[in-house]
Amino acid sequence: MYQLTKVTKDYRKGRGTVHALAGVDLVIENGEWLAIQGPTGHGKSTLLQMLGGLDRPTTGRVELDGRDLAAMRESQVTRVRASSIGFIFQTFNLIPTLSAQENVEVALVPLGTAAAERRERAAEALASVGLAERLRHLPSELSGGQQQRVAIARALVKEPTVLLADEPTGNLDEGTRDDIIALLEQQWRKRGLIMVLVTHDSAVASQAQRLAVMANGLLAVRREADATRPGDH
Amino acid sequence: MFFSYVWHELRRRMRQAIVISLGLALGIGLVITVTAASSGVKSAEGKVLHSLYGVGTDVTVTNSPKAGSGGPQGFRIAGSSRGSGATKVNRDSLVSAGLGTLSTATLTQISHLKHVSAATGALSLTDTRFSGTLRSSSSSSSARGSGAGGGASSFNVKSFTVDGVSVSAHRVGVLSSATITSGRTFRESDSDSDVALVSSNYAKQHSLKTGSSITVDGKKFTVIGVVSSTSTTDVYIPLARAQALAGMSGEVNTIYVAADSAANISTVSKEISSVQPKATVTTSSDLASEVTGSLSSASSLANNLGKWLAIAVLAAAFAVAALLTMGAVSRRVREFGTLKALGWRSSRIIRQVMGEALALGVIGGVAGVALGFGGAALVDALAPSLTASTGASTGTAAPGGGAAAGGGIASAARSVSVHLTAPVTIGVILLAVLLAVAGGLIAGSFGGWRAARLRPAAALARIE
Repeated sequence: MYQLTKVTKDYRKGRGTVHALAGVDLVIENGEWLAIQGPTGHGKSTLLQMLGGLDRPTTGRVELDGRDLAAMRESQVTRVRASSIGFIFQTFNLIPTLSAQENVEVALVPLGTAAAERRERAAEALASVGLAERLRHLPSELSGGQQQRVAIARALVKEPTVLLADEPTGNLDEGTRDDIIALLEQQWRKRGLIMVLVTHDSAVASQAQRLAVMANGLLAVRREADATRPGDH
Repeated sequence: MFFSYVWHELRRRMRQAIVISLGLALGIGLVITVTAASSGVKSAEGKVLHSLYGVGTDVTVTNSPKAGSGGPQGFRIAGSSRGSGATKVNRDSLVSAGLGTLSTATLTQISHLKHVSAATGALSLTDTRFSGTLRSSSSSSSARGSGAGGGASSFNVKSFTVDGVSVSAHRVGVLSSATITSGRTFRESDSDSDVALVSSNYAKQHSLKTGSSITVDGKKFTVIGVVSSTSTTDVYIPLARAQALAGMSGEVNTIYVAADSAANISTVSKEISSVQPKATVTTSSDLASEVTGSLSSASSLANNLGKWLAIAVLAAAFAVAALLTMGAVSRRVREFGTLKALGWRSSRIIRQVMGEALALGVIGGVAGVALGFGGAALVDALAPSLTASTGASTGTAAPGGGAAAGGGIASAARSVSVHLTAPVTIGVILLAVLLAVAGGLIAGSFGGWRAARLRPAAALARIE
């Protein structure tokens, strides 16, 4: 479970200061799918970085399962990211010189997993996203949708408890977008993850259990999890 | 994963990898070649000293020449005949090689000094042969050869060096560094015999072999052996015979001394100076500083220009490698930010960068060793023979009375010719390996430092 308390983040820009987050309070329950929508530059990605421990808030607390990520040492936060948090990026962020299988293995390296087990788990993860035939392909040999599938496999291969996705369909066409969202939903349901998905696409946001909107560094929940969402039965 | 990642990354940056490796290879190759050449020059300097003064010689004793101290001319007038206004002349002149003389009593005195394990004397001479036809306008022409008078005179002058050496001293002196390639060396019983050793070069030029005859100062000597040596002496004869022919009985012009240990060389040198205050006493380290000639120039070149050039090229190669590695890390900011987001620690990322740089260093090192071997082989193949001289004369030892017609008197300086080699030793190869590793580490540490400073959020926020 995530609990954010009065989280602010300020950046120096020239002589002034940008208030990327202006005091965010948020609780995300285990197994919850939260979509965060909002225009560009209003703090969505910054909030995601706080949740992932990629950056530290200027003030406030970011607690994951009772541990304040903001107060941890960098090495501790790195360990949390390695074991518990999976990331998916808009631009896929695959290593261009490594094959699909090796890109997925990269997520298991910090956990000290033996080479043979790494290869096996990577292959299984790619098979679960429909890329069993593409293990040795380089990212340049894959379509956008396939690259994002590799990224999803990479994020999930370590069995995380949290999945953070920053505009995962931003670079994809409509058809592929729907496939990716469907895949993410499938994995979310199967694993019971906390999934936080940042998007500016309403069609994507509407698929989530809970919807919040970022505006000027502040978060407002638009739809709660217990509300009926389209498609739910 | 580590090696696979390194390999794939270097393949992606093939062009840059080649530039870095080549730069390192050039620097390392130059260091190896210069080091090998320096080593070859040092070795040549050692050979020069050994051949000039013999292996085992620690101290040499000489005297400055006085005018007319070169001994009387040993002229022979042979085969002269008179025709109409022409005189055929054939003259031999055997004179000291421009050094002053020392008595054999001095040799005995020195050999009995404390810490002297061996001492021997030698007489360095030059045999000048004048032959030809002198024409004059009157029937009573003198034997002075000036070539004046009716008709042109024609004559030629040849000379060769002769060393009179002790027949029993093999451990010290000029012959101690020579190798017998055919025949035998001197024996005790040869001390008054007309026998000679010839150098292999001289033997080749004059088609001589064991058993051949040569003429020294008009006297026939039998060749008993051929020696290989870097010394420029052409002929060696027993000391007693040399003294007799040159009219320098009981005299030598160089005394070679061996100390009983390296630690006592300085003491021996001082002792000799105290009993012979007018003599020039030189140790092997003094001689090293007196060596002149193209070998000395080559030594300066290798040690000064060569060394600093190699260091400059290597430093430039290291700098280029470091800059290119840092540039590569800058271009991979998003990649490293992603790895950090996935839980890779900075230390692991730094290891990855260092691994890539080290791999390039090793490749550069291997290529550098190959280039170094090639450079050394080129030096071996193309380097001309270098000469080294030492001990210039400050006076003339021209013989008293009579003019020498044409011909030359050898200078007091002794000269040696050596071929420069550039040996590549295990030490040099290890140096190359160390340099390669150092180059890789330096480049990698700059890149690693850059990678370690990346904040994941900032790295991921950059748009490529």
